[in-house]
Formats: sequence, structure tokens, C-alpha cells
Amino acid sequence: MALLEVKNLEVKFGLRTGEVTALRDISFTLDRGQRLGIVGESGAGKSVAAFSILNLISRPGYISGGEILFDGKDLAKLSTKEMRYIRGNRISMIFQDPMMTLNPVLTVGDQMVECLQAHTKINREEARRISLEKLKLVQIPSPEKRLDQYPHELSGGMKQRIIIAIALLLNPDIIIADEPTTALDVTIQAEIMDLLLELCTSQNLGLILITHDLGVVSQVTEQAIVMYAGRIIEQGPTKEIINDAQHPYTQGLINALPQQGIPGERLNQIRGSMPPLHRIPQGCAFHPRCDYADAICEKELPGFTQSGGCQAACHLVAGRIALKAKAEETH
Amino acid sequence: MLAFLIRRLVQAFVVMFVISLISFSIQDNLGDPLRELVGQSVSEAERQALRDELGLNDPFLTQYWRFAKNAVQGDLGTSYFFKEPALDVILKKLPATLELVFGATLIIVFLSVPLGVYAAIKPNTLLAKAVMGFSIVGISIPVFLTAIMLVYVFAIELGWAPSYGRGELVHVMGYWESGFFTADGLAHLILPSIALSSIMLPLFIRLIRAEMMEVLQSEYVKFAWAKGISPKRIYFLHALKNTMLPVITVGGVQIGTMVAYTILTETVFQWPGMGFLFLEAVNRVDTPLIVAYLIVVGAIFVVTNTIVDLIYGLVNPTVKLTGKQSH
Repeated sequence: MALLEVKNLEVKFGLRTGEVTALRDISFTLDRGQRLGIVGESGAGKSVAAFSILNLISRPGYISGGEILFDGKDLAKLSTKEMRYIRGNRISMIFQDPMMTLNPVLTVGDQMVECLQAHTKINREEARRISLEKLKLVQIPSPEKRLDQYPHELSGGMKQRIIIAIALLLNPDIIIADEPTTALDVTIQAEIMDLLLELCTSQNLGLILITHDLGVVSQVTEQAIVMYAGRIIEQGPTKEIINDAQHPYTQGLINALPQQGIPGERLNQIRGSMPPLHRIPQGCAFHPRCDYADAICEKELPGFTQSGGCQAACHLVAGRIALKAKAEETH
Repeated sequence: MLAFLIRRLVQAFVVMFVISLISFSIQDNLGDPLRELVGQSVSEAERQALRDELGLNDPFLTQYWRFAKNAVQGDLGTSYFFKEPALDVILKKLPATLELVFGATLIIVFLSVPLGVYAAIKPNTLLAKAVMGFSIVGISIPVFLTAIMLVYVFAIELGWAPSYGRGELVHVMGYWESGFFTADGLAHLILPSIALSSIMLPLFIRLIRAEMMEVLQSEYVKFAWAKGISPKRIYFLHALKNTMLPVITVGGVQIGTMVAYTILTETVFQWPGMGFLFLEAVNRVDTPLIVAYLIVVGAIFVVTNTIVDLIYGLVNPTVKLTGKQSH
């Protein structure tokens, strides 16, 4: 059995104007030591998916359906107390903006020690010793100095290293990283990503990496999920998705990478923008922006079609696969 | 730290100069002190002689210079009515006012923090809604009306607390007589303290609630949840410490303002403090006393704000009192 299995997860936001469904039918699995990337544009529901695993979606959002099986237990049904035991202990998180993630009025040491003491019965000295050990693990310069410093005394890259160290404190099974490098300089981004990858492999950590950077996904993850308007539209091994994307949306994302463009020319882009959650079009949510959209795309929601190791939710792909199967049959 | 205090001292000096100039220049418009000073029977010639003697006929700048020269030596003039140094008259009344302000501050600190935090954490509960509703009422009703209502309900109708004066006092030191050490003194302190806090308490509850709600939405509080920290620690350490930063700043200014509000409270409760004295001085056109009062209140403002800045520096690690912002 997989370490984490998300089944048909659905998340709704109860707004004054009515309920809005932010996530629909999200299913994926993560094995011990496996690295999974979730990609998509802003507003696709990547972060909501990440936060809902730890039941941390802020009100008025709530999990309205599906299961999140972790170690055989459904996290969506745990009491707040049982959930608290999972958070930071078995599954920990890394947030997007290191400048905002650490509490400005508490020292780094306080923020590390409290996490250890929330989950284990150890004294302060021992907790500080473990904290220091983790700071060394994330290769922060002069780690001894850092425990008594306040966040404002550290650079963005150092803060993110500390946040990673906090995530590692209790040797979790899974780390969920929500765009961990978006707020950093490009050079620091690479360092942090390398560190994360190295730690995941050396500690046999499961990683769920939320990002809109396909380059990072291909560098770090083994499996990838592409999301659009609250749904998964394509998932499979990262290599296959990057090299042979099936869904027109994924193809569009890859074409939009600067590396794909011709120097001096305008960069490729997907026309239009993601629909707001309360106005998701009928049928395939992507059809108004899709170059290949057909009559059926406007009416019917596409199911997943297996293509190689990947699954894509697209009528076009389904048609092509069906055609191919027919051709093989007649042969 | 030393540099900070020196800079503060210079600032205080400038502030005090401006206050003294303003308060000194309005005194001409308060009425003729001679009318209060001498009876009807004194002749016009004698009045003129007295004016000359008091220096009231000198040009404004000469008068101010004389005042300022004496003021830096601690002499703020002599009260026309009490025939005593104005500063001494005020300082004798200072303990009563400070005890009243202290009582009100205690009420504000011990009620606004728990109520504000509760209203922020559980905004949809009946209690939170009731607190917010009452706070609007509290802010809207003027202090003197609250004071009169308190006297009517709790002193006259219910007879739970005395309605005027300071009650039994204990001599502490100098001319400091305190009502904090006797049951009677404390009983006398209750209603005036509540009246004085009636504006600031709701204000602080609302301020703390609003700040706390904003802090609870912050990334670092979300991260604390993600770490599996106990709710108690998140609310009362992570969130509250950040909530208190702006509250401390506003609080410092408000303590000063409260000294000013004592004029109303002390008048209704016949509390023998500075505010009551000030109102009497205005009625008597006792200009030296009025000027001295304004200067003392100005000084209290400056001192409380300096103390608040020091406390702020202790709570907020990003503020260094040397004045240099460490990067």
C-alpha cells in the first residue's frame, strides 16, 4: 500500500454568494521516498491541494469529499488533536515566501525547539542539540550562531534553509513544499532545490512539490501532476510528461518555456487565462483556450485516457488512442 | 541605548518648548486675572500698579523670556489663588490623578487583551458579538455621561460603591497619599476608574481584535499550525506578541490622553486630582496654574511615550534603540 493515497478529493469554499468548488476529483498516490510534482498556472488549485492534505485550508474552505489515506488512516476524518500529531511530525510543510514564514518576534531557536517539544517529551537542551544538527544538515553557514538570531537578521536563502531544517526536525515521512523557491533569487533557487533533492534522496523522504516551474519539476520529481481549474488534467512519470505531453494544455505550458522560443522572437503563450472558479466552462474546462477544441469538448467532461505511462483527460487524446487501437486491430 | 535617551531628551526639550509657548500665549485670552485676584473695592490706579508688579504690562516676549528662565529652574510661577508655587500645587494633586489613571489602566490591560483575543479567535460566538456591540456603545457615550450613569446606578440606586472623594488614604511618602492600601480607598477608586476606562477599554478591545485577526491570517501563524504547535501557544505567543506591537504604540499615546480625560472624570466624582484642580483654575483665571498644568501634562506625555518606546524595543527585535535598523 502506498504511504499516501488521495482518493477523489473535493474541496469547497463556502462563500456568501454560494459554494465554489476549488478542487474536484483529485486522486494520486505517493510512495515512501517518492517525489511528486504538482504543476499548473496560478489559481489551478495546486496550493489548495497541498494544504488540504494537512487539513490546513483556511476558512471558508473545507474538504467536502474524498479520502486522504496516510498510513491507512483518513486524514480528512481525524480530530484536530490527532491531526496536530501528524502536522510537522509525520508530514511537514515548506512555505512559499521565507520572508513571511518565520515569526518575526521569536528567535530561530525558539521556533525550532517548540516544534520538537510539541511532538516529543524532550528538554530544551536536547531540543537545541537536535535543532543544531538539522541546521548543519541544511548546510547553513555558522549554524551555532543562528539559534539565537531573529529572522530579520538572516537573508532569504538562509531563512528558507532554516524552514527546511524545521521541516526535517522530526524526521517526517513526507514534506510538502509549496513553491519553495518562487520568492528567492535565481541563484539561490538552484541551491535550495539541489539541497531539497539531496535531502529527499539521502533521508528517503517523500516530497510533494508544488510549483509552476516545469524546469524544477523535471529536475527534482519522478511523478508529475498537471492541474487546471481545480482538476487533474494529466498525470504520469515526469519524464514522459515533459518529453511527450499528451494534453494540449501541458503542451502549451511546455511551449511557453523560454527555452522553447526562438531568441529575439515573442515567447509562446497559451491564449486567454484560467477561468475563475465560479465560472468554469461546461465540458472540458480548457476548451475555450484550446486550439484543437471540438464540439464534444464543449459538452462532455473528458475522462482519463491511458497513453504510455501517462493519463490525460482530453477527448482529443482519447480519439487518437482509439484510432491507433483500431489501426492496430485491422493490421 | 544612551544615544536613544539623549535623542529623546532633545526631542522632549523641543516638545516642552512648543507646549510652553502655546500655553503661555493663550493665557492672555483667558480673562483678567486681576478681577479674580483683587476685590471690587480696589481702585484702577492700584490695579495698574499691581499689573506692573506682576509684569503683566510687559511685552509678550519679555514675559515669556522671564517665564522660560524661571521654568527651566523648576519655577512655573505662583498660583494667584493658592499663593503657592504653581508646580507644588499641581504635584500635590498628581498622586490622586496617577492612581486614578493606574486603576483605569489596570482595567484596560486585564480586560482588553482577553476580550480582544477571544473576539478575534471566535468571532461568531454570542459573547464575541456582545463584546463588540458593547464596545461600540462604550466608545459612543461621552465619559461624563458614563460617569453620571455609574454614580446613579451603582452609588445611589444600588449603593454598592461610594460616589465621590478618595476615601481613607494611607501616607506613603512626601505628600503621596495612597488609596490603594485600604478597602475604603479601593472602593472609592472603582467607579472613577471604570468611568475613565469607558472610552479606552472598548477602543483597545477593537484594536486588539482587528490586529489579532490580521495576524492570524499571516503566513507565520499558518506555518505554526503546519508545525503542529498547540493552539494555546499559537494564539498567546505567536499571534499575541505580534498583535501587541501596534497596540503598545497606540497605548502609549492613549495613557497620555487618559490623563486629559481625568478632567471630566475627576469633576463628576469630586476626585481631588490635577484635572479637578485644572477646572477650578480655569474658573478662577489662575493663569500660572493653567500654564503649569499644561506643561506638566505635556511632560507626562513625553515620559510615557519614551517608556512605551523602550518597551516596544524589548518586544520587537527588529527595533534597535541605537536608532540603526539592523538589516
